[in-house]
Amino acid sequence: MKAAVLIQRWYRRYIARLEMRRRYTWNIFQSIEYAGEQDQLQLSSFFSFMLNNFTQLNGNGPDLISQLLDPVVDPWLDRETCYNLIPVPESYTGPRLTFPLSISDTNALLSAFKEQQSLHARYVLQLLYETKKLLKQMPNIIHLSTSYTKDITICGDLHGRLDDLLLIFYKNGLPSAETPYVFNGDFVDRGKKSIEVVMLLFAYLLLYPDNMHLNRGNHEDHIMNLRCEEKSRNEIKRPGEICTEVSQTHFRAAGHRSVQQTDEKNDIDRWLSSQQQSKPQQEPKNPEPEKEAVQDQPSRQRRLHFSLLLLIVLVLLFTLLSSNSILPHASPIVDILWSDPKTQEGCSPNTFRGGGCYFGPDITQRLLLQHGLQLLIRSHECKQEGYELCHGGQVITIFSASNYYEEGSNRGAYIKLGRELVPRFYQYQVSRTTRKLTLTQRVRAAEGSALRALKEKLFTHRSELMSGFQQYDQNNTGSVSVSEWAQVLESVLRLDLPWRTLRPHLARLAADGSVEYQSCFENMEPGIPLSQVTPNLAETLFRYRTDIEIIFNIIDKDHSGLISIEEFRQTWRLFSAHLGVDIDDRAIDDLARSIDFNKDGSIDFTEFLEAFRVVHKLDNKDQQVNGKMDGEKYS
Amino acid sequence: MAESKPSAEAMVSDVHKKIKAAFEAFDYETNNTVDVREIGTIIYSLGCFPSQTDLHDFIAEVEEDHTGYIHLDKFLPAMAKILLEHKYPPIPEDILLQAFEVLDKEKKGYLEPEELANYMTQEGELFTQEEMDEMLTALADHEKDLIYYKDILSQLTIDPEL
Repeated sequence: MKAAVLIQRWYRRYIARLEMRRRYTWNIFQSIEYAGEQDQLQLSSFFSFMLNNFTQLNGNGPDLISQLLDPVVDPWLDRETCYNLIPVPESYTGPRLTFPLSISDTNALLSAFKEQQSLHARYVLQLLYETKKLLKQMPNIIHLSTSYTKDITICGDLHGRLDDLLLIFYKNGLPSAETPYVFNGDFVDRGKKSIEVVMLLFAYLLLYPDNMHLNRGNHEDHIMNLRCEEKSRNEIKRPGEICTEVSQTHFRAAGHRSVQQTDEKNDIDRWLSSQQQSKPQQEPKNPEPEKEAVQDQPSRQRRLHFSLLLLIVLVLLFTLLSSNSILPHASPIVDILWSDPKTQEGCSPNTFRGGGCYFGPDITQRLLLQHGLQLLIRSHECKQEGYELCHGGQVITIFSASNYYEEGSNRGAYIKLGRELVPRFYQYQVSRTTRKLTLTQRVRAAEGSALRALKEKLFTHRSELMSGFQQYDQNNTGSVSVSEWAQVLESVLRLDLPWRTLRPHLARLAADGSVEYQSCFENMEPGIPLSQVTPNLAETLFRYRTDIEIIFNIIDKDHSGLISIEEFRQTWRLFSAHLGVDIDDRAIDDLARSIDFNKDGSIDFTEFLEAFRVVHKLDNKDQQVNGKMDGEKYS
Repeated sequence: MAESKPSAEAMVSDVHKKIKAAFEAFDYETNNTVDVREIGTIIYSLGCFPSQTDLHDFIAEVEEDHTGYIHLDKFLPAMAKILLEHKYPPIPEDILLQAFEVLDKEKKGYLEPEELANYMTQEGELFTQEEMDEMLTALADHEKDLIYYKDILSQLTIDPEL
């Protein structure tokens, strides 16, 4: 019947367009995320820059630098008695932990966090201290083996998503001798419950040190943590200094894995030579591990084989330089923690991330052959289904934070490995609403967020974009062709996005089909009107707001929210020297004076930075109108 | 709102760029190939309304010898031809409305879920159960659990790219 066919065809097309929108929404999120992570590496290089150049700065330079770097080396918490100094009031109703931990402690933590309770800072600190003690004794590489009765569960990035962790525990069981776990890094940042996640992981680590294993990810890093605002930090209502120490130490406890600085090569060599003595049998290379048959071997060799495989899981565990909290800009650690597999053969710099490299199937093959391994299980990249195989099944990416970019953006997953070492994947998705969201609603929500983020990017690069547009528009007509518009955007922002497809959301067309480029910047404005700030300065402040905030926070040692004008000036000079941004000294001075509202020589930098948060003008209008076309303002 | 460019070459090159952009969204390995199962989505998103048979024919033409992949080199010219010839034109809104009205025999102004499901899953180019479920969730008025087809029509047929 023709009517039915028409409807079916039309509907399928509608779904296809939704799918398209979902895809490019994903691309937007991912591009912006990686661009943001690049800034983290940039901040690290800023510190390196200072270290290398401080002799060339003016007399005050070294003091500021040591001030900036000192907080990173923190002796206070190494003293055993530190957490004992903190009294726990009678009125505190949360979990009271006793060390060494027992199951009742971890259960108490679980219920408390489910009920949105906070853990008292004293217990937080004690837990961190004990974890640090334990981690310092552990080697860089850990070997595990499966046995006949238990599977090993491997989870990927959690990024502070407590709901996902609880869901995994619910579906798969709590960590125990029967249910060993490996967590592949990136426990914190972005999600709102980073501290709770880390508390639980560390608690189980202390409780079952042989059955709970934590690998380091690129977010287990001081600078990264400072970048990604930790909202949960504020939920611990404790004196200011303790809050910051908490966030500084939790990563460091995760990062310090061995007291002696073991050389990676020696470690592997030692391990390899011990293997050779027992003559392990090399498993034949099978490109599809799911179909691999179990070879009949003597049981001892089978055990060795298991541990050979699982070693690879811990490739990501290498941390060579444990005492240096700041990642050197280019180092083996960056390579291990930041690299991504790609289909192109060989190894090339990972320009998308700004650190680490891309490695191809030949590299994987070589690595696995060299060490007698079968599989590389890694994380670090968000995947829509929670996991992905590549390099002919030799590399598995596992990602455990569902709805990472937005509600409905992706599933999370975990892997179970039994004695046959055939990975089984389990997927899930945390849902905050009881009503099932339609695909339409999910795509709309995600798209909305992505586009807002993208528009902010445009706004904070306004000057560069405008000068790019004007190069194509010598006659000052106010418009350029769509191709030219797309070209300018790509060359300035370098996000590799489908600009032509996104155009209806970003800019208006003139009657002749050309783009009115000024329309890109409508509907956005700074938080506080700034008459005394030149556009150049304003934009730089917008763009590097997060980094500047980090530096201010480091300078502000007593966490009062205030820094002196002199400190402000110096920091700014250093930062702009590093960025190569040409800012007039007088402009800085004027700015400093103008924001010293109390005229008492100090600056409330939170207030200052508020001015440089991009505000979307349409936020106040009601955006929930149903049936409205989905945010495509310009046709 | 097509861009009205003066020359034919400019139009062709625009069409090529559109096709490439749509293709790239599904080119996960960045090697100019897409999984053949995504082709339908790509073609639909470029504004075309092929039937299932049309789709199968198209795929047969451009697929790389049953590898399950389609390469941009083959896809681009074939797709460009379709677009420039307006081969699978979109369904105008009023025709669509008539289609719904044909199904709504009693002229109630709405369809009940079972009514629609019967047609969609038993006639024409059959829907899978999954497609049916998603359609019902997306289109049905939540309180009354009925499909007021007139209201949803405009929401779902606007296509800014054309």
